[in-house]
Amino acid sequence: MKPGTLSTFLKRGAIWGFIALELIFFTVAGEFLSVSDKAFMDVDNMLLLFKQSAPIGIIAMGMTIIMVNGNIDLSVGAIYAFCAVILLDSMTWPIFAGLGDAVIPVSWILALAVGTALGALNGLIVWKTGVDAFIVTLGSMLGYRGLVFMYNGEQPTSHLNWTLVDFAEQQFLGLHTATWFLLIVTAVIWFLMNRTVHGRNAYAIGDNRAAAVNAGIRVGPHMMVNFMIIGFLAALSAVVFYSESGSVNPNDGELYELWVITAVVLGGTKLTGGAGSIISTFGGVLAIQLLRKGLAHIGADTETVNLVIGLILIAVLFLDRQLNLKGKEELKV
Amino acid sequence: MSGLTKQNIGSFLARQGILVAFALFMIGFTLANGRFLDPDNVMGVVRSSAILGVMALGVTFVVISGNLDLSVGSMMSFSTIVVLDLHDKIGPTLAIPAMFALTLCLGALIGFLVGYLKLNSLIVTLGMLSAIHGLTLTWSGGKNMDIADKEATWFGIFGQGEIIGIPVPILIFALLASVLGLILAKTPFGRKVYAVGGNGTAATFSGIRRARVVFSCYLMSSFCVATAGLIQASRSMGSQNTVGQGLELEVLAAVILGGASLLGGSGTIFKTVIGVLILGFIQNGLLLVGLQFYVQYVVTWVIIILAVWLDIAAKRGKLWSPIA
Repeated sequence: MKPGTLSTFLKRGAIWGFIALELIFFTVAGEFLSVSDKAFMDVDNMLLLFKQSAPIGIIAMGMTIIMVNGNIDLSVGAIYAFCAVILLDSMTWPIFAGLGDAVIPVSWILALAVGTALGALNGLIVWKTGVDAFIVTLGSMLGYRGLVFMYNGEQPTSHLNWTLVDFAEQQFLGLHTATWFLLIVTAVIWFLMNRTVHGRNAYAIGDNRAAAVNAGIRVGPHMMVNFMIIGFLAALSAVVFYSESGSVNPNDGELYELWVITAVVLGGTKLTGGAGSIISTFGGVLAIQLLRKGLAHIGADTETVNLVIGLILIAVLFLDRQLNLKGKEELKV
Repeated sequence: MSGLTKQNIGSFLARQGILVAFALFMIGFTLANGRFLDPDNVMGVVRSSAILGVMALGVTFVVISGNLDLSVGSMMSFSTIVVLDLHDKIGPTLAIPAMFALTLCLGALIGFLVGYLKLNSLIVTLGMLSAIHGLTLTWSGGKNMDIADKEATWFGIFGQGEIIGIPVPILIFALLASVLGLILAKTPFGRKVYAVGGNGTAATFSGIRRARVVFSCYLMSSFCVATAGLIQASRSMGSQNTVGQGLELEVLAAVILGGASLLGGSGTIFKTVIGVLILGFIQNGLLLVGLQFYVQYVVTWVIIILAVWLDIAAKRGKLWSPIA
């Protein structure tokens, strides 16, 4: 066994170990505490878990690339809300009135294009001005939210298209539509990060930006593409969720950025960039959703969920640092 | 003196750009609406900015020391709920110190995690944002908190009172800003905060106890948050659990607008106050010219990015970023 293999294994497998622990804990605790007589590890319940993970999970895949890059995107919640408004509102536009159900793909494409464009705007500002992504997206988080409000005031935007709802509620091979989207996105982004030049570059830039520039990687355009990807994914997440729900409030998606970042960090991605894995992010997303569901199952209130997730996040950070300390000399004074 | 060359104007704008922008805004809004500079209106704006401002003062310390604090919003909800709840149980005289003690404990916890354990401040305070929100909900049981007899208590003085015609929140804000401004600019501790944020390693080697400085910054931040919570609670005499939600980012926006770098080592209390006032006056000015409240979000977005962009463009001497 090579030195460090154990700690690598621990780090890689930690999130899955945590998920297993959660499953066991909630199953056992559920026997004693749960008010419902259904088991926690019920097949339907687990399928629902995947479906409910989809909105956060789809965005988290994009956030992983952004964070591997060493950037962060705080505006995803606002992009999500804006695309949802575009999706639902565009279906009622008079120019599309003659399309019938063919309006669905048109609205989808429109919403996805808008999301990509908003992401591109973030990316362009980061690239051209050199302002830190944290500040740029902090600003656009406010700005895009303002656009959502300007679009339709403080009113909710609603439009139910039953064909679309049927599609969103469909189950193919037992899995819900939303689950399929999550799985496909995970697979595609995994391929992007592990099998393409773009993915290699993402790690290289996050690890050492100066070296990446010297190696001839065009850092600016690369980061802009990543912001477009996360914009697209935030839009996709909105498209998947609001096809079913059919109504969006201007405040929807608030704090999504925090949930997404929590999931990604739980999956072991470094804030400083250069390290992170799509599969672990997937684990992080599941772990959070499992925690929310499990705590509800044993009769805990929402406040406990917040408390537990916050503490776990800090604990993960602490453990991760302890595991990484070996072999690295800390500054001793 | 070489006179007003293009370069001189450029560097003046870069250094004092935020003041110039502030002046331009004030002139623009005054021309658009005569009531804008009305003393009542100005007083109203400063008074409603006071809560955000008090929090921004503390966060300025944290940001200058090179860290972030995203937990101030939910911590403010916590202190508001706690002081309102304790008010009816043990009376205001005891409730206020008790609330300050509890909030300072939270600040100390964050300071310990970031300062002594050297954990990443973004993630720690993100976690604390969630955890403190949970704590608040547990404390209140999810219900809104109200003071039973609003007429019989003197508790309202912090949010609603006036001393010689000046609202108390403004006095608290001004007092705190002067004291913290002096601490930051004139004391050895203030120097240490800049040193730790500017170059932590160098600071450590010159004998500054970095962990202790960071810890103190978070303590100050939580003290400011507790004060803001007190003003908020006293102003409304009742509150929801989510009263501070989202404030952390607005506070950060004000601090950044004031020119503090997120990398640490730069920023002043005075400029933060200007940042807070700009946000407040923009909000008010847009409302006065008849626009909806959400237009300010878009305007804030543009201003933040322009402010930071011009700041770093002046430092590197080029407008556009050199990254390929």
